[in-house]
Amino acid sequence: MGAHDLWLLSPQLAMAALACTALVVDLATGRSKLVLWLSLIGLVIPAALSIALWAANPADTLVFFGAASVDRFSLFFTLLFTGVAAAVIVSAEKYASRFQEQRGEFVGLILASTTGMMLLASANELITIYVSLELTALPVAALLAFLREDRSAEAGMKFLILSGVSSALLLYGLVFIFGFTGTTRLDEIFARIGDLQASGGFDSTVPFGSYGLLLGIALAISGFAFKLAAAPFQMWVPDAYEGGPTPVVAFLSVASKAAGFAVVLRILYSAFGSPELAVEWSALFAVLAVVTMTLGNLMALPQKNVKRLLGYSTISQAGFMLIGLAAVSANTSAGSLVAGPQSVVFYLAGYAFTNLAVFLGVIAITNRTNDNTIAGFAGMGRRAPVTALLLAIGLISLLGLPPTVGFMSKIFVFNAAVNSGLAWLALAGVLNSVISAYYYLRVIRAMYMEAPTSDERITLDPSLGVATGIAAFGAVLFGVAPWFLLRAAEIAVRSLSGVAGS
Amino acid sequence: MLELVHLQVLSAALFSIGLYGVLARRSAVLVLISIELMLNAVNVNLIGLGAFADRPAESRVFGQILAIFVITISAAELGLAFAIILKLFRSRGSVNTDELNLMKW
Repeated sequence: MGAHDLWLLSPQLAMAALACTALVVDLATGRSKLVLWLSLIGLVIPAALSIALWAANPADTLVFFGAASVDRFSLFFTLLFTGVAAAVIVSAEKYASRFQEQRGEFVGLILASTTGMMLLASANELITIYVSLELTALPVAALLAFLREDRSAEAGMKFLILSGVSSALLLYGLVFIFGFTGTTRLDEIFARIGDLQASGGFDSTVPFGSYGLLLGIALAISGFAFKLAAAPFQMWVPDAYEGGPTPVVAFLSVASKAAGFAVVLRILYSAFGSPELAVEWSALFAVLAVVTMTLGNLMALPQKNVKRLLGYSTISQAGFMLIGLAAVSANTSAGSLVAGPQSVVFYLAGYAFTNLAVFLGVIAITNRTNDNTIAGFAGMGRRAPVTALLLAIGLISLLGLPPTVGFMSKIFVFNAAVNSGLAWLALAGVLNSVISAYYYLRVIRAMYMEAPTSDERITLDPSLGVATGIAAFGAVLFGVAPWFLLRAAEIAVRSLSGVAGS
Repeated sequence: MLELVHLQVLSAALFSIGLYGVLARRSAVLVLISIELMLNAVNVNLIGLGAFADRPAESRVFGQILAIFVITISAAELGLAFAIILKLFRSRGSVNTDELNLMKW
């Protein structure tokens, strides 16, 4: 513990300091616009520190006695979260007029939750994982209840109750893992399991080799499934999405999901990465993937509210990402070791651009119309041509058509599944993509084929327009030339101990 | 003589009662208390592992550290939950979870 630890953890520390600064400046001046722009400029600091750390690539990545590991995997996600937080803060500039008095707190809470996500992506120890998970979830529950409407408080309450239940399940699972291995550090858990396997302490007739570990891993995965919005813990998603403020929902759907996948990838590969265990959890995720994407898609078909539709869409997208988790090399002898996790990380980054383009587009339109139904988007191709175009690019990328990043993400995920002997899973994914075309295209049809309800033009705010434009540009750029992002994802995944080690 | 298995059975029973309470109770306050029961079941298990597990003392202590974190964070969670419950109560005059039905399906 010393200067080296502080240097490694500097992006997280800078983000925590920024969150405190935002709250204090709001308290001292009470000018929410000032807080907003100050935080936006301040976000450059954690981003710059992350890039510097990525370039420096220190040999010793463990921080504070192994509590966290700031490797390139965590830095990749740190950068992603910083970008998402910036986009969300920009999108809240006009939307904030709907909040009660606390507009400055909005920024502070977003930054506090981002700090939690950055810690979560680097957490290397069970206690750190639990604490940063709660730091991620609690500010979001407060933010969901920020609007004056009853629906917003209801969304916050539902999120908080289900988050409490899921963290109790997760903790119960972590206790079994701790009790079974006698340590809370992921790398030591990996070593203890290796010792037990070598000494014949595992029973091959029981899943995961022992009932203690089976219970622990199953309960922990149930707890994380809440974060990932995966079945059967997806109930809160549509309600939270419909009732909560749209910028918060964008934050929840992009950053919170990425943080959940980051910590699950690290636990699975760093602690339970041995081939015998990998085969077991691969089968579990394969089943979860099929159930999640089918459920999300079928429930999305009859929706009339765009935000609720996007809630079900995010469930089905989580199902596609779970395919990448199920694609482990242990299933076949020929499979590539990095392809599965690499495809998940690539999917998450591409999904961040795509979904931000969609949500920022929805915010730009509904800020003026205040109508979240699909019918309210009728004729937007004429009333707001630029916004409608950016929104349509995002929807096409969610659907997975070329030349967008959504297409590339699905190709890589399906490819990883086929290479690890899960061709049936890839087939289920393709079928689900076809179903999802119905509801994504319905929004585009409303915007371009249906008659507008009024002739009033909807102009795009410059700051929001720039943010939406960057997101949509990224969604197209990484669809045409994915190699840069794909390479970054590979480098990030290779720094995970379980992936590089064997 | 008290052994680790007794505490683990107690913990499993408390956890199950808590989970039942979350699913069956109508009042949001009682649902929150049930969540607390689940978290405290985890604490019983952690402290049991700390006191009785057949391991060196320096590794057992991590369980008790985690128990302290669980207590602290659940206090913060309750504070936030009651703030939201008060907001709901002011606008609706009721905190029953089956009346949180503005949004379904």
